[in-house]
Amino acid sequence: MCCITKGVNEIVKLTENGLYCQSGDFYIDPWRPVHRAIITHAHSDHARHGNLRYLAATPGERLLRARLTPDCSIETVAYGQSLKIGDALVSLHPAGHVLGSAQVRIEVDGQVWVVSGDYKIEPEKTCAPFQLVPCHTFITESTFGLPIYRWHAQEEVFEEINKWWRANKESGKASLLFGYALGKSQRILSGIDSSIGPIYTHGAVEKITAQYRESGIALPETTYVSLLPKGTKFSGSLILAPPSAQATPWTRIFGTASTAFASGWMRIRGTRRRKSVDRGFVLSDHADWPALICVIRATGANHVIVTHGYAAEMVRWLNEHGIRASAFSTQFAGELEELQPSGDDEREAALAQAEQTLKQSQTSTLQLFGAQEVPRFLP
Amino acid sequence: MKAFTDLYTALDETTKTNEKINAMKEYFLSADPQDAAWAVYFLTGRKPKQLIQIPKLVALAIAVADLPEWMFAESYDAVGDIAETIALLLPESGNTSQLSLSYWVEQRLLTLRGVADHIQFENVLRAWLELNESQRYIWNKLLTGAFRVGVSQQLVIRALSTTFGIDPAVIAHRLMGTWEPTKEFFARLTAGETADSDVSRPYPFYLAYPFEAQPETLGDISDWQAEWKWDGIRSQLIKRDGQTFIWSRGQELISDRFPELLEAATALPNGTVIDGEILPWKEANVLPFSQLQLRIGRKTLSKKILEDVPVIIMAYDLLEVEGEDIRSLPLGRRRHLLERILRGLSCSADPRQLKVTEFDTSAPSCLRLSSRLRISPTVESETWAQLAAARETSRTLNVEGLMLKRLVSAYKVGRQRGDWWKWKINPFTVDAVLIYAQRGSGKRASLYSDYTFGVWNNNVLVPIAKAYSGLTDEEIRRVDSFVRGNTMEKFGPVRTVRPQLVFELAFEGIQKSSRHKSGIALRFPRMLRWRSDKPAGEADSLENLRALLQNR
Repeated sequence: MCCITKGVNEIVKLTENGLYCQSGDFYIDPWRPVHRAIITHAHSDHARHGNLRYLAATPGERLLRARLTPDCSIETVAYGQSLKIGDALVSLHPAGHVLGSAQVRIEVDGQVWVVSGDYKIEPEKTCAPFQLVPCHTFITESTFGLPIYRWHAQEEVFEEINKWWRANKESGKASLLFGYALGKSQRILSGIDSSIGPIYTHGAVEKITAQYRESGIALPETTYVSLLPKGTKFSGSLILAPPSAQATPWTRIFGTASTAFASGWMRIRGTRRRKSVDRGFVLSDHADWPALICVIRATGANHVIVTHGYAAEMVRWLNEHGIRASAFSTQFAGELEELQPSGDDEREAALAQAEQTLKQSQTSTLQLFGAQEVPRFLP
Repeated sequence: MKAFTDLYTALDETTKTNEKINAMKEYFLSADPQDAAWAVYFLTGRKPKQLIQIPKLVALAIAVADLPEWMFAESYDAVGDIAETIALLLPESGNTSQLSLSYWVEQRLLTLRGVADHIQFENVLRAWLELNESQRYIWNKLLTGAFRVGVSQQLVIRALSTTFGIDPAVIAHRLMGTWEPTKEFFARLTAGETADSDVSRPYPFYLAYPFEAQPETLGDISDWQAEWKWDGIRSQLIKRDGQTFIWSRGQELISDRFPELLEAATALPNGTVIDGEILPWKEANVLPFSQLQLRIGRKTLSKKILEDVPVIIMAYDLLEVEGEDIRSLPLGRRRHLLERILRGLSCSADPRQLKVTEFDTSAPSCLRLSSRLRISPTVESETWAQLAAARETSRTLNVEGLMLKRLVSAYKVGRQRGDWWKWKINPFTVDAVLIYAQRGSGKRASLYSDYTFGVWNNNVLVPIAKAYSGLTDEEIRRVDSFVRGNTMEKFGPVRTVRPQLVFELAFEGIQKSSRHKSGIALRFPRMLRWRSDKPAGEADSLENLRALLQNR
């Protein structure tokens, strides 16, 4: 087996900065500042500050700019368009995860590697549907890589949310729904029955929702909570907020409210109860177990590398089922921040520190690359 | 099964009392009485014993889900509950059963007991095919004998009471003891008329709240009765129609465990119910609780154990006299009647007529019906300060502190604030080091929340106690992430962690124990606080703990 591995050119390697493609001299979703980074999508564990040049799929440009500093160098490319970067032929393909999310296809000397980023296969209204990209080596996420994770059709989940909202409205309560501000909230907006009542948003959700609209995604009307006149009654309304807003003083203004949480982790009763919300809706922007297995098989890859989530379990299962697999230990978090919004202090601290180091190192990085202009991604 | 599953889901999804009551009310109003009887049975924490061995059930689930065994183990590790793991792993059936709860329990579940494996397998499989995911969860929970609904008995009583317009105390009483979940039972439970004939039925226990304030806040001390808080088995002794029954607070009939009490009770008049504490007692002293545990642990009561650990009942209260429920009389009056009965004096046919003043002088205090039926002595004090001083002597008397009861209080149902308080002495404490961790269950499934602690003995940490409670959710999360990052070894579900975290443990008592490596056993250990200020090296030693043992 090792002879085979040695014979094949390792198109993407794991380095201390992140996933690196030597043939094209670029990184994918690096966790430390580098000169050239391809970004699969705008979630914070994949799109980080401080890189000199960014390349991403065109539909996600606004989201990425909002996440990063406005003046940083972001080049974009349409889904499916091939770029020659060094010796590598690179193209981005829809991952179906959030608006602008992409899988990165890299071809070198007839060998094709695909880096999945995060993905889901159920088509929805807020982003381009997942595209299957055949490859030799597939680098995949495995956030929900255990067979206990199986999603119901999203229509069922939206109907559950509608029912919950209606019932709350009837009993004069507000409906406070927590979900990831980028992607989850907009997907919920696009799927629910907006005629039930007014929809209000937390600032984090409103900001990203506006960017979705500006990117051409039609979403029902929302109002930023802080713009409402004092004394607004919230009974009967739906309020969308990020998980970090749970149990903060901000939630007090809504009066009697039923709380809910939308996440793949809600599949498990213990997690649901630990979140201490009234309802848990099982809705995820990641592939469930059957989808992961289905995609991995369908790519035709003879080698699979698992980046994050239940990686060890997925690797073992694949190897036992005739697909050669191994793991990269990355710093992608998957949906973990949804699980532990307040337990994230360490991560936040680490991030802050990284940014500090980065500010100091940026000058030196710039000096390093300053002499020779860092090439743009696009010619 | 569908309506009951909806009820379960509704109860599981809310933490609000009113919503829980409404969900139950809605169910009771629409359910068939036979189903409702089963629902009450389950809601009040009763459940059939495990019907199938877990390894067999897991093997069947693995085969149906077509998964390797290790994958089941990993899944279980993430879920923390066997029944739920199986429900989440089974392929979808596409079916939802519309058949009734009683059908599923009586025809499908209970019929699995004692039949051959292959029939069990076939029937469980067939059930899985007919049920949807949430129904399967409940079914699996019932199969494994671990079904539990997140409502308290009190709440079920309130729901039944508001649904059928019956006094909660009456409902509580009707739910006591053993009963069969039948439509006849449900009819009796919800009947307006009180014609209860079960001679063995105990009354619901009235429980005290922990007292943590200054005693002066309770007002004039002369309004209160103080007693020692004895450490035994809270029980009810019932004598009706020439028969005697002893019930534990857990509603278990334990009469046959205490033949000497049954014998002593023959002297009681019919229609008497006494609330008291069963205590191991030799000569004039109470023995440690562990002695009683030893006795309870025995399958058969040998002559030796009866001699080594004789028991008495320390009577606290009188609930029924001459067949009449006197729980609404003031405590002072009930106590007076209790004293009369235990001294072999008759009570008037109408106890309400009896005057307290007629009493104490009329009988010599040494007069006693039986040496095994004792009355819990009151602790007399002129002032709260005096009483507080008396409380400090608790440990030497082998009691847990004091009970404070308002003299005018009725005997209520369940744990209520206001009239009865338990004023316990401060616990012992020890600073110990976290050495092993295990995942919790239920709400804490998949979190490392069950810990074993050690103290130093010649530079080695010896385990002294397991503790599960006392930390906040936030603290548990922090310890959980410490455990994950500092695991040295794994033994099945148990992780050995780097000995770094120190916790102050509280415990109620300490005993020699030959079963524990440390040679000691702690009673009711729990975490008092996280001593993040203390390095592991400064935790207590086994010697410190042994010293406590000798001081007693």
